[in-house]
Amino acid sequence: MVSVTRHLDVTGLLCPMPVIQTQNCVAELCPGDVLSIRCTDPGALLDIPAWCRVHGHVLLSTEKNPEEIVIVIRVNS
Amino acid sequence: MLAAKLVQNQGLHVAGLNFFTGFCVEGHTHSIRSRSNRKPRRNNALWVAEQLNIPLYMIDVIEEYKSIVLHPRHGYGANLNPCLDCKSFMVKKALEWMHAHEFDFIITGEVVGQRPMSQRRDTFPVVARESGANDRLLRPLCAQLQPLTLPEREGWVDRAQLHGFSGRGRKAQIALAEQLGLKDYAQPAGGCCFLTDAAYSRKLRDLWRNRDRPDYDIDDIMLLKVGRHLRPRPHLKVIVARDAGETRYLRGYRRRFTCLDMTSHNGPLTLVEGEQNDEDLDLAARIAARYGQGRHEPMVRFQVLSIDGREREICVTPLRADEVPRSWYL
Repeated sequence: MVSVTRHLDVTGLLCPMPVIQTQNCVAELCPGDVLSIRCTDPGALLDIPAWCRVHGHVLLSTEKNPEEIVIVIRVNS
Repeated sequence: MLAAKLVQNQGLHVAGLNFFTGFCVEGHTHSIRSRSNRKPRRNNALWVAEQLNIPLYMIDVIEEYKSIVLHPRHGYGANLNPCLDCKSFMVKKALEWMHAHEFDFIITGEVVGQRPMSQRRDTFPVVARESGANDRLLRPLCAQLQPLTLPEREGWVDRAQLHGFSGRGRKAQIALAEQLGLKDYAQPAGGCCFLTDAAYSRKLRDLWRNRDRPDYDIDDIMLLKVGRHLRPRPHLKVIVARDAGETRYLRGYRRRFTCLDMTSHNGPLTLVEGEQNDEDLDLAARIAARYGQGRHEPMVRFQVLSIDGREREICVTPLRADEVPRSWYL
C-alpha cells in the first residue's frame, strides 16, 4: 500500500487545468513524495500520464469509476 | 515544434512553455462534447514535448490575459482576436519565465508574412520591443530574413542552420518536417484560439453588451463554448445543450442560472439567464422543447429549478422551426 503524501482535488476542472494544478502541486513536493489526484475530466486520464512521462514522474495507478478518476503519481528523483 | 527541433538539433537545451488563456480550442471542447469520444484526444502541447523529449511547463494566464482581450493596444483582428497584443504578452511571459529559470533566449515558431496581424515584417519588431525580449527573441524558421539576434551574434546558434521562410504557404514547413523525420504534427496552420472564431466572438460581444461593462470570468468564457446560445428578448438568454456531454457539463451551472430539465421526453438541459417572468420562462421552455424528442408533440413538460433552489413544473407547446427567427441565435 502506497502512502500518499498529498491529495489534490481538481474535480470539476477541465483540461488543461488538472495538469496545471498537478504541475504546481508537484513543484512543492520532494522527490519520492506521492501525490493522489482526484478529477472528473476524462481527458486527465491521458494528459496527466503524458505529463508524467515528459517530466519523468512515475505513474503509480489510475482508477476510474462513474463519479471520478483517481490518479496516483510518485515525484521523480 | 519545427523551431524547437531546429534549435535542439544544434545541441541546445530547450524547454516548452504553454500558456492557458481559457480561449484554447482543443482541450475543453474535446472534454465536454460527447462526439469527441469518437476519436482519441490528446493535448498537443504535451504530445509535442513528448515527441521532442523536452520538458513542458503549462502556465495559467487566465486572469492576466483579461486585460489583453478587453483593452488591446493594437486592436482586434477580423473577430475579437487581439493577436499582436497577445503575441507580445506571451513573449513577455516567456521572458519572465526565462529569467526565473536561467535560460538565455526565447524561440517561437513564427514565420514572417504568415499571419495578417501578428506575423508581418512590420509587426515582428513590435513584439520584440513591447515584450521586452528584444534581441533575445529568435524565430528560427525565418531568422535568415531578420536582423541578427543575440544567440546568433554570440554563436550559441548557427544562423546558417536556421531558415528564411516567409508567406502564408506551408510547403516549406511540411518539407522541413519531413527532413527532420517528423511524420505527425499538430496543426500546420497554427490557430487554436476561440477569439479568431466569428461565432464565438459574436457570443462574447453579446455577453459584454449585456453586462454593465465588458468583463468576463472563466465560467463565462467556458459557457460560450458550450451549447446553442439564443437571445429571444434583450433581457433573456437561453443556452440549450447539444448532446449528453454538454447536458452533463451545463448541469454544473444549475446554481448560477435557472435550469430547465425536460421530464416528459428525452432532451437536452437548458439554462436561462436574466430576470425572468412566467412569460419569459414559457418562451425559454418552448425553445428548449424544440431540441428534444417531444418537438412534434402538443405538450412537453419541464422541471424548473430556480437559482434560489425552488422547483416547479411547467408544460409548454414546442416552438416550430419557423417560429424561431435566425436573429435569436447568437
